[in-house]
Amino acid sequence: MKVPQISNRTEAELIAAVLGGEIQLYHELIQPYERSVYVMALSYVKNEADAEDAAQETFVRAFRKLSSFRAESKFSTWLMSITINEARTRLRRQALIRMEPLDQLPDENMSISPALLRDWREIPSEVLEREEVRNLILRAVEQLPDIYRQVFLLRDVEELTVSETAETLNISVPSVKVRLHRARLMLQKQLAPQLKTVNRTSKRRWLPWS
Amino acid sequence: MVIDCKHVWHYISEYLDGALPDETRDTVQKHLDHCEICSAILDSMRNVIILTADDRVFELPVGFSERLHTRIDREFMRMAP
Repeated sequence: MKVPQISNRTEAELIAAVLGGEIQLYHELIQPYERSVYVMALSYVKNEADAEDAAQETFVRAFRKLSSFRAESKFSTWLMSITINEARTRLRRQALIRMEPLDQLPDENMSISPALLRDWREIPSEVLEREEVRNLILRAVEQLPDIYRQVFLLRDVEELTVSETAETLNISVPSVKVRLHRARLMLQKQLAPQLKTVNRTSKRRWLPWS
Repeated sequence: MVIDCKHVWHYISEYLDGALPDETRDTVQKHLDHCEICSAILDSMRNVIILTADDRVFELPVGFSERLHTRIDREFMRMAP
């Protein structure tokens, strides 16, 4: 693969240049968003190969319709909307084939209680070097109801603001807040007890008899 | 105003984001100061979010970038006259 030449242009300049005919700069324009688009696609289609395919399709479509991008929205938000559309289209196609219902809506009024703990000792991010820990987390995120997972990924993983998240998903700001809150509670409930155990075993591994 | 644990759980996410109105935040803070359970819930939630958001969790498949840029180049070639 060609090593992309980093041109130090701003995003707006890159977009203008691509539209002006320097299409090779599109490679550079999208580089910062490869992961976000993939993660978002993965949160819908839930398998790596389909997510990769959806991500590729997203970037190709974004290129084709780049001239319709309006500078008043952020490029990242615009890309995310295309990603979500692409992923939804795929799901709908698959659902038609499998005759499965699309996302079941969770009961927004059902209360979610967090996992109760008496003390919490900070778990350092080094535990993520272990595949089994990464898988625990991935599985917990995957198990969230779709509408919570989408908000959580945009807000906490992709670090969009509340209003950017609302804009991307085409929902209200209060909905973003409620869904985020519920997603975080569910993750805490599921993961806090599991991670506590993981942390304990990781320390034990260093003892001489293990 | 004194609030119980369940109310604190209701505010916990916005508390983490620093998005609560001052008065509510102070009330929650006062509760957290003396409730070890709610403090542990808050700390563990923050910890869970930080771990989940770590780049190592959601990794791109090996070769993802190469395949993506090859695909885009193909698209460029397709458009070329």
